[in-house]
Amino acid sequence: MKSLLKNDYGILVALMFVLAAPPILVKFGAMNSYYISILIFMALNTMIAVGLNLLVCHAGQISLGHAAFYGIGAYTSAILTVVYGCPLWVDVIAAMVLSGVIAYLVGAPTLKLKGHYLAVATMGLGIIAFIVMNEWHSVTEGPSGIVGIPRLKIFETVMRTDMQVYYLYWAIALIVILVAINILNSRVGRALRALHGSETAAAAMGVNVNSYKLKVFVISAVFAGLAGSLYAHYMTFISPPSFGLQFSIMLVLMIIVGGAETIWGALIGAVLITSMRAFLGEALGAYKDYDVIVYGLVMMVVMIFIPAGLAGGVSIIARKLKRGSAQPEEIGA
Amino acid sequence: MKSRLRMLCSLAIITGLAMAAGLLAGCSQAKKEKVEEVKEPYKIGAIFAVTGRAAPLGEPEKETAEMLVAQINEAGGINGHKLELIVEDDEGDETKSLMAAKKLIEKDQVLAVVGTTTSGTTLAIMKTFEEAQTPLVSCAASVKIVEPVNPWVFKTPQSDRDAVLKILEYLEAQGINKIAFINDSNAYGVSGKIEIEALAPQRGVEIVAKETFGGEDTDMTPQLTRIKGTKAQAVICWGTNPGPAIVARNMKQLKMSIPLIQSHGVANAKFVELAGDAAEGVLLPSGRLIVAEQLPDGHPQKQMLIDYKTAYTGKYNKPVSTFGGHAYDAIKILAGALERGGADKAKIRDEIENTKNFVGTAGVFNYSPEDHYGLDVSAFSMVEIKGGQWQLVSE
Amino acid sequence: MISPPRFFKASMTITEQILQYVLSGLVMGSSYALIALGFTIIYNGTNIINFAQGEFVVIGSLLMVTMTEVYELPMPLAFIIAVAGTALVAFALQRLAIHPLRNSNAMTLIIVTIGASIVLRGISMFIWGKDAYAMRHFSGEEPIEIFGATILPQSFWVFGITIAAVVLLQLFYRKTLMGKAMLATAVNKTAARLMGINVENVLLISFVVSGALGATAGIIIAPLNLAKYDAGVMLGLKGFCACILGGLGSSGGAIIGGILLGIIEALGAGLISSSYRDAIAFVILLLVLFVRPQGLAPLKEMMMGQEKQ
Repeated sequence: MKSLLKNDYGILVALMFVLAAPPILVKFGAMNSYYISILIFMALNTMIAVGLNLLVCHAGQISLGHAAFYGIGAYTSAILTVVYGCPLWVDVIAAMVLSGVIAYLVGAPTLKLKGHYLAVATMGLGIIAFIVMNEWHSVTEGPSGIVGIPRLKIFETVMRTDMQVYYLYWAIALIVILVAINILNSRVGRALRALHGSETAAAAMGVNVNSYKLKVFVISAVFAGLAGSLYAHYMTFISPPSFGLQFSIMLVLMIIVGGAETIWGALIGAVLITSMRAFLGEALGAYKDYDVIVYGLVMMVVMIFIPAGLAGGVSIIARKLKRGSAQPEEIGA
Repeated sequence: MKSRLRMLCSLAIITGLAMAAGLLAGCSQAKKEKVEEVKEPYKIGAIFAVTGRAAPLGEPEKETAEMLVAQINEAGGINGHKLELIVEDDEGDETKSLMAAKKLIEKDQVLAVVGTTTSGTTLAIMKTFEEAQTPLVSCAASVKIVEPVNPWVFKTPQSDRDAVLKILEYLEAQGINKIAFINDSNAYGVSGKIEIEALAPQRGVEIVAKETFGGEDTDMTPQLTRIKGTKAQAVICWGTNPGPAIVARNMKQLKMSIPLIQSHGVANAKFVELAGDAAEGVLLPSGRLIVAEQLPDGHPQKQMLIDYKTAYTGKYNKPVSTFGGHAYDAIKILAGALERGGADKAKIRDEIENTKNFVGTAGVFNYSPEDHYGLDVSAFSMVEIKGGQWQLVSE
Repeated sequence: MISPPRFFKASMTITEQILQYVLSGLVMGSSYALIALGFTIIYNGTNIINFAQGEFVVIGSLLMVTMTEVYELPMPLAFIIAVAGTALVAFALQRLAIHPLRNSNAMTLIIVTIGASIVLRGISMFIWGKDAYAMRHFSGEEPIEIFGATILPQSFWVFGITIAAVVLLQLFYRKTLMGKAMLATAVNKTAARLMGINVENVLLISFVVSGALGATAGIIIAPLNLAKYDAGVMLGLKGFCACILGGLGSSGGAIIGGILLGIIEALGAGLISSSYRDAIAFVILLLVLFVRPQGLAPLKEMMMGQEKQ
């Protein structure tokens, strides 16, 4: 157990080194600063994906409506800062709290559902949230969106350049990952994972499965709300289409591509899908219109051939290669 | 334990590689070979929704922009400099639009950008252009783009406010003072609603019913039935295809014979095709592109509209659309500013602002430091659909 | 040049309006019912929710547009080709994507069908482009007046064909061997296999029948609603809401759920607010799931004759 913890933290440290590379590359002119903005979106997507990953690990469920919490976070921050002049960072906390509270309220009845029902209920929630953002004009300004969201500040420094935002958002993303690792290694987290998500077995061992699932759901919503708030401060403008069903499905794609067996699957998924969104169009040239087909195919192919996702797939391959010399992986991998 | 360590390390490496691969992909292009002799081309960017929901708008914009740039280059460029146009597709998505804007400004180092197609995407990138001190000439309509004035951002399409004013002028002439309003629940539809709610009472027109429909709604009979239950003397519909066509069809189905006034958002052949017989008698305020031939000789816009129409149809073998016209105006205005200002972003901005009496497809533009919109209600005329054709009703 | 505006006499009374809402709701509801029935057949056969159901609807309507407008085939022939073509797509989908995963869990299959719907939508966009298409009505476009409400002749086609499809489906279930095998498989897969039923074929046929039903819904509704490559998302989801409302797995429930949903939507849009019209279906979905997940279940046995337990 201990060495596993060490390794997760080890990866975290390694990741910090990887993240130090882009700014250096930019400084020496080896990389265009435009790519920094893509890395910023990777950080945001990582935060949401990590939350979703927890949900998949623990509840054995994917939410098909998580864009709703991303949107709730973004709108909370936008409205608080633009309309009410709320101090910066206070609105970020408020966005997280509100996402969490709403997740708690809708999660309580929703998480009692199983299988298809849960999947579809989360999708329904996502669509309703989108419609409310679009139609509740007096609060959200409807489809015309909210303009003039201020950039974040640290003490008196405004996060104006992409490089500043990059450092800040990835620092937050690393904290999110750290929190997630700790949750995964908590007592109940271990129990649930050890039981491979068998609720009956866990319940038999005295774990209050429902309340635990609800907690994880709320945490994942808080992460999404945080990402939404940071998104609003980076974009300075938000409107409903960014938070619709399409984005929910992109999030699901991140999770399945990365795989939910380790927390790093979320990171890999977020990195790959964000890159795909940035570069696939260019790569397809004249067939750019049809990039959706590629996303759909990726989704199907991953599910059919590598259902454990890339991170999971790698761990399975690694396990096969080492068969005989290593202990069976009982936890985590 | 060792195996697990290796496995996790490999995961970390994969993550790193994935990021690096994505990031380095474009780096090779960073080096620029300097061509002497010939004057350095002026690099300009364009962001249009070439794909996605707004594609019917973005496609003609892209085609028009490419056609105009080719024309300008054939004629020897601007003061001997060729124009180099880099087109990005934002799919009407705000996040992608911001990424495209950053790419054009930071990677391609363009002098100015034309676009975007939709209001939301322009609003999402305006601040970036202000901070990067790069001029943006938007092809999106929302008044929020130019109010309050962002020194670096201009727009070419007619504002919804002027379309509403034109309709109110028409209603007044017809003696109609009770109307029903139905709008698309997208940014365009809501903007029309906001304008009419503000302006109708000033002109003594009462809105007796307000309804909306979603972009994917396929049946508007319930909303229209509700309108039928009021004393409305006309229905005003604000939206983009295909919703307004369904409204026209459903009105016919419900045997409603009060006039239907659409917005300039459906001033395209697709609307007539989709609405079929139900399009007959539909009125709308529109720019003059679709009725260019009917304009009186000597109308300032007549000749340039016909020229644009002929060139576009000749090149792409399809009818022009108003949206392509917005890109036409944007590129022409920018080209004019480049000619006077040269390769200096601040001077280009000043020269766009100094554009006076420019005859474009949308109307005659007069920008000023206080007005980055440049048009007024005279940009519109009322048009009626008769026998599937556009008919100029009043100048 | 301008004709003076025609001022219209009486506005519609509230009763006439309500009748109009119900009529409109019946038309939309019929298409929801057929889509919901498609979901049900696949759910009963394979225990999966096929999120590509909405795409069947769209492909059916777009094929019909091509057959009637481009190839100018007579309506009945075009109808058959469009339905058969969509059934073929459903066949391919089952073989290529669903069959290899027959032993996977519900979540995996849901995601695969979501992926499939994205792919099918992309392909539809590739073939038919991004614009909407208008389609000829089956007969006449002159609205008919009933007690102050109006209805198009096409609506009667919608009702008639919906009823015909439901009746045919019942006959298929009760009179043919394959139909009986499908019913048996729906009740108990293992027992059916033990009885010598080729369950694989049954699963395949479920997709084919479901595709055909989806296409039928798309074709009959397209003259009223226009056909567009991305219309399937909402239609599919609404059809699914209808399924849940009626009780997942019940054919009778699917039909009643569909028609009810159509009427509630129309009444809600007309009497309460058209802004939140699309939310109505999903609010109903959640309410049913939270309060009564079995839907309007007692209806279940009535229509399909599933006297299980």
